[in-house]
Amino acid sequence: MKGLNSRLHRRARRRQLAGITVVAALGLAAAACSSTPAATGAGGGGHVTISVDCAPPASAPQQHKEWNEDVALFEKQNPNITVNSIYENPCEVPASFTAMLDAGNEPNVFYTYFTDKNQVLDAGQAADITPYVTSTTVPTLKDIVPTALAAVTAGKTLYGLPTSNYTQGLIINRVLFKEAGLNPDDPPATWAQVEADAKAITRLGHGIYGYGDYSAGNNGGWHFSSEIDAEGGRMVNAAGTAASFDSAQGQTVLQALHTMRFVDHSMSPTQQLAWGTLQKQMAANKLGMYIAAPDDIYNVIVPQDGGNIGDYGMGPLPSTSGTPAGSLSGGNDYMFAKHDTPAQIQAGIKWLVFENLTPGQGFYNYARQKADGFPVGFPEPQLFTGATAARQQQVMDSSATVNPAYFSTFTNAHELAMGEPADAQAVYKTLDPVMLAVLTNPNANISQLLTTATSQVNQILANSG
Amino acid sequence: MADLATLRKPAALSPARSRAGDRLGPKVRRNASAHGFLIGAVLCFCFFSWYPMCREVVMSFQKTKLGVTSWAGWANYERIFHDPTFWVAWRNTVEFTVLALIIGYAVPFFVAILLNELRHARGYLRCLVYLPVMLPPTSALLLFAYFYDPTYGLFNDVLRHLDLPVSQWVQSPGTGVPSMAMISVVIAATWMNMGGATLIYLAALQNIPGELYEAAELDGAGLFRKIRHVTIPQTRLILSMLLLLQIVATMQMFVEAFILTNGGAGVNNNTLSVVNLIYQYAFALSGASNYDTASALGVVLMLVLAVFSGGYLWLTRQPER
Repeated sequence: MKGLNSRLHRRARRRQLAGITVVAALGLAAAACSSTPAATGAGGGGHVTISVDCAPPASAPQQHKEWNEDVALFEKQNPNITVNSIYENPCEVPASFTAMLDAGNEPNVFYTYFTDKNQVLDAGQAADITPYVTSTTVPTLKDIVPTALAAVTAGKTLYGLPTSNYTQGLIINRVLFKEAGLNPDDPPATWAQVEADAKAITRLGHGIYGYGDYSAGNNGGWHFSSEIDAEGGRMVNAAGTAASFDSAQGQTVLQALHTMRFVDHSMSPTQQLAWGTLQKQMAANKLGMYIAAPDDIYNVIVPQDGGNIGDYGMGPLPSTSGTPAGSLSGGNDYMFAKHDTPAQIQAGIKWLVFENLTPGQGFYNYARQKADGFPVGFPEPQLFTGATAARQQQVMDSSATVNPAYFSTFTNAHELAMGEPADAQAVYKTLDPVMLAVLTNPNANISQLLTTATSQVNQILANSG
Repeated sequence: MADLATLRKPAALSPARSRAGDRLGPKVRRNASAHGFLIGAVLCFCFFSWYPMCREVVMSFQKTKLGVTSWAGWANYERIFHDPTFWVAWRNTVEFTVLALIIGYAVPFFVAILLNELRHARGYLRCLVYLPVMLPPTSALLLFAYFYDPTYGLFNDVLRHLDLPVSQWVQSPGTGVPSMAMISVVIAATWMNMGGATLIYLAALQNIPGELYEAAELDGAGLFRKIRHVTIPQTRLILSMLLLLQIVATMQMFVEAFILTNGGAGVNNNTLSVVNLIYQYAFALSGASNYDTASALGVVLMLVLAVFSGGYLWLTRQPER
């Protein structure tokens, strides 16, 4: 009996212990889940650690290797700085980006689109870096394109540094152009030419379509913005208080797309496409043309989707006149977390200057890119003017592997960069259903669609004011 | 100093408190492990269920601008009620729920009856019916996204081979009730989820005493009269509980339409659900303050489901014996 009691007592104690362990484990888990800054600040001996996101993951081996080489070299040159790379592709997913801002656990130096500025500031998550950015700390500062700097500035306060800036054009598949009997050195410039060439390419059959466009993931509205800019229209008025796309220009763009889809059948019945899909079709030689910035070719179609660098060229954005009135311009940048220490901000600026803002090194080390078999010579990123732009062009030309003639009609168009509309992502989101309806409904009422979207965008702009 | 000395002295317990303590002490000690486990569960609920629910209600009355959160009164609620897509989302959600009831509630019940009647290969067929539940929802839906592809999809391929007109399935532009887009979503959702419900029905069917069917047969009842007069009354409790669970689950439909429409809401918003609209407020539209608007819509949905569940339980309560 005593033995049984003792066993029961031991069992009870074990249960008690197990209970306490469970509670302790939960407590620890809860503590681990609490939000803490992403990296440590200046430690002993003036050492500083910064976390930086948007590092190319191993799935993009070439960019991954070059990034890691750059980090190693930078840390060697700056032994008091450690860079913690956060590998991710895509660099920003809107849902997790929003959650990250709300939790306040963004990396010390974090990637944003130009269109994210208001969201980051509303969340109160960007540090003021104005005192740290001078012509000494950022030697190329005076040559950075003003619209790109404006994208990270509010009033007189600077919240980040731009790292890319683009305008869009018409990417063409030179192989399909030749097969269809078209001249790939003379890409179409008007909507009428685009329609005619798309029909010719579609006649090749085997699931090949002449033209493609997006209608999901905010990308439909994004492309519509660029197309309307090329026509001479605007998405919203200059004050950013009302929608202005219910116009003759808006009608022209949507009518051209609807005609290609349902009259010419030169666009695929499969729609609701988001970013990443048209690039795959282009790489597989199943698509003749679509709208994009040049980096689609060197960042996605060739390295990720297996396309051949010599198979692509670019023309200007399509328009009725053949001379685009402008192009949506956009880009991305790095901002600094609110919780950063001054030492982390200074280290972050140093890293960005090393990696993204100095021709000849980091991202602009074209000689290394050429040696790694990476295509060089695209007219992008259009981040600098003046002496820095000339220097960038010089180092790029000395390693160019791309035939510039394939892109000459795009570069010669000198599209006027128009920036993105106020509350851009919300506006794009609202225009996605319009693009989708035009590309899936043979009886789509374009006027009605534009009227409805106008009232929705007006409400969004009123709410965000 | 005297006061300090008094404070340091152990307080003498009154006899009544001491007796209560004596009674409580062993009880607490005896159940310490049980309380330990209970505290874990309660903490989990507190952190991951109750706190977010309370926080949601608070946030629905707040706004955040330039990092500063302030009270917004009813502004977030006014915003959602004035949004034209609010009513579209509710109409679509009700449409999905009704279609899911017609297809997704009835089909598993009849499949269970069929399985129960089979004499051979019952185990294999049960596995086959349950297999889709084991697929991660995203994989199952991506599979259906390929099936529904208007150009290369399996379904249109079959229709072409049969010389029948093809469909745009989820990309159909119609907004009538029921819309082809919503029917496509319901078919995928039913295929994904029917395995679990079928097994529960099957378990309930196997608990029905065989004598009842024998008596019904002696009285000359056919298959349908047996289902009506024996099967349904005998499984009423399970049927009623699963009906409630299914309605609550289908009213929260999100992932099905979200994946099938590539993160969108269908042509002319014809697959936009209430939860999808919450997601759009919170994440897809820019501005941190949209979390607050999303919370307001979340509270509205919670209230609707709470009222419905309460009403349903009250209406279907068992009479006192």
